Amino acid sequence: MSILLDIDHIDMVFPTPKGPFTALSDVSLKIKKGEFVSLIGHSGCGKSTVLNVVAGLYQASKGGVVLNGKEVNEPGPERAVVFQNHSLLPWLSAYENVELAVDQVFGKSKTKAEKKEWIEHNLELVHMDHAMHKRPDEISGGMKQRVGIARALAMQPEILLMDEPFGALDALTRAHMQDSLMEIQAELNNTVIMITHDVDEAVLLSDRIVMMTNGPAATVGEILDINLERPRDRLSLAEDPEYTHLRSEVLKFLYEKQRKVEPISRKSLSGSKKKTEAA
Amino acid sequence: MTTITALFSKINDSHIASERFKGVSGDLAKVIVFPMLGILGFLLLWSVAAQNIDTSLGKFPGPASVVEQFGNLYEEHVREREKAEAFYERQEKRNADRMAKDPDFVPKIRDYTGKETFLDQIITSLVTVVSGFLLAAAIAIPLGIAVGLSKPLNSAVNPIVQIFKPVSPLAWLPLVTMVVSALYNTPDPSVPKSFLNSMITVTLCCLWPMVINTSVGVASIDSDLVNVSKVLRLPPLTHVRKIVLPASIPMIFTGMRLSFGVAWMVLIAAEMLAQNPGLGKFVWDEFQNGSSDSLSRIMAAVLVIGFIGFLLDRGMLQIQRYVSWDKASADR
Repeated sequence: MSILLDIDHIDMVFPTPKGPFTALSDVSLKIKKGEFVSLIGHSGCGKSTVLNVVAGLYQASKGGVVLNGKEVNEPGPERAVVFQNHSLLPWLSAYENVELAVDQVFGKSKTKAEKKEWIEHNLELVHMDHAMHKRPDEISGGMKQRVGIARALAMQPEILLMDEPFGALDALTRAHMQDSLMEIQAELNNTVIMITHDVDEAVLLSDRIVMMTNGPAATVGEILDINLERPRDRLSLAEDPEYTHLRSEVLKFLYEKQRKVEPISRKSLSGSKKKTEAA
Repeated sequence: MTTITALFSKINDSHIASERFKGVSGDLAKVIVFPMLGILGFLLLWSVAAQNIDTSLGKFPGPASVVEQFGNLYEEHVREREKAEAFYERQEKRNADRMAKDPDFVPKIRDYTGKETFLDQIITSLVTVVSGFLLAAAIAIPLGIAVGLSKPLNSAVNPIVQIFKPVSPLAWLPLVTMVVSALYNTPDPSVPKSFLNSMITVTLCCLWPMVINTSVGVASIDSDLVNVSKVLRLPPLTHVRKIVLPASIPMIFTGMRLSFGVAWMVLIAAEMLAQNPGLGKFVWDEFQNGSSDSLSRIMAAVLVIGFIGFLLDRGMLQIQRYVSWDKASADR
């Protein structure tokens, strides 16, 4: 399969009052069409920064991102983002939130009826058709995230970028969402980059797991291919030796090779660092 | 009993959180009994204090004489309206008579020029404050949005806003008066200068809180929502219309309510000085008049001013609830 997205030796340096802070150094990654790639690493390691560079929300200090042979310089709907905090517009219903995206992307190419059908189709895909006229404050966190995914899918992106999409959800809802996402993946076979903290989630969903070293100057540490057969079932996989092995590979990377050595008291510091990074 | 239930439903309607109190008899005390006790206590204190204050215009007016003045003010209004009607009737008759005698006669219709009644003055004040407020909103909200969106513009405008914000708008009044007389000198003005003076003064006091609140609201939009807009590549105008404006509506309304309250206070003073025929002028004229009724009439005006101010704020709240998606912020 051909390379869809090429993250080509990017560096990311943020100017801070204390001097430049190198968040990423020489990150390279090639992603094939239809591939599901997870980025995993400790918090503050720059996973989100990679995603933001791919989304075009940040400009890499060095190197660049090439999508379908074209360099990425600004955000666009062909690289739809599912944000961690759903980021639905609170004054619009689920339907209207998706509609905003559809109007913008298919404003001229689809008729009114086609647009309506497309919006409803995408909400059905995430099982939100029963509550599509509810506003975000009337639905649960998991449902909001579903609408967020529907909005991203409705843009018909070439690559779907998910920034810890289920990070803010409780464990049961998260499992449910993961199953839904696999179901959607089986149907649409999108190209996806997902950031996660959750080892099980990464192994369950991905074709490849990209493990990042700790920052500053974080980069790609190891890449793990997940060749588990699809469709995957979380219950039968729990007993699967291959699954257990892959899982322990990721855990080894995170807790042996890239163990966070910072003392507890510096935790708040790294937290604030992450904030400036995100800003 | 019927009056009490009517009163109850009225208070219930206007109460900020009517939902919370509806149908709960235990909260009757909160809604009816305690406010009533408070008002009664105030009336008692007022009448006792009034008995003991002697002014050159007689005793300070107690509740009873103020109530009496409300009746008088209303009667004066009715009488003045009758006079006006009689005047127009006479004029019409006179014109008809002359037309009958001389077919070439072109009748002149003259307006009745009696003095404004208390009710007329209330209307004048309301029209003045609302026009001044709307003018301010028309300037401040677009400016606030621009300032909130652009950091350089914010740095440029901020010092000016900060310096003018603490200035009492009344300090502007003499300047406004002179500028209005210089620029607005048509022989037959459609709106009186005194109205413009008061209105512009109101505008000047409404401007700053609205600019500040709007710009803060716009600048503090969740960055995720801005990113959504970027990913969708919304054109700038759509971005403002679909994202920025709705997101900052709660803050815009906070600024609007703030400035509307101040505007109503400032208006009374501005009308005293500018001689705009509103409530402020009423108070000033009664003060200059110095009859034995003057103080109770002024006190009546004070109560009316307070009550209208209250209604205006509630009105804004209702509009905010209707317009804003964030119902929680409207209950604050």
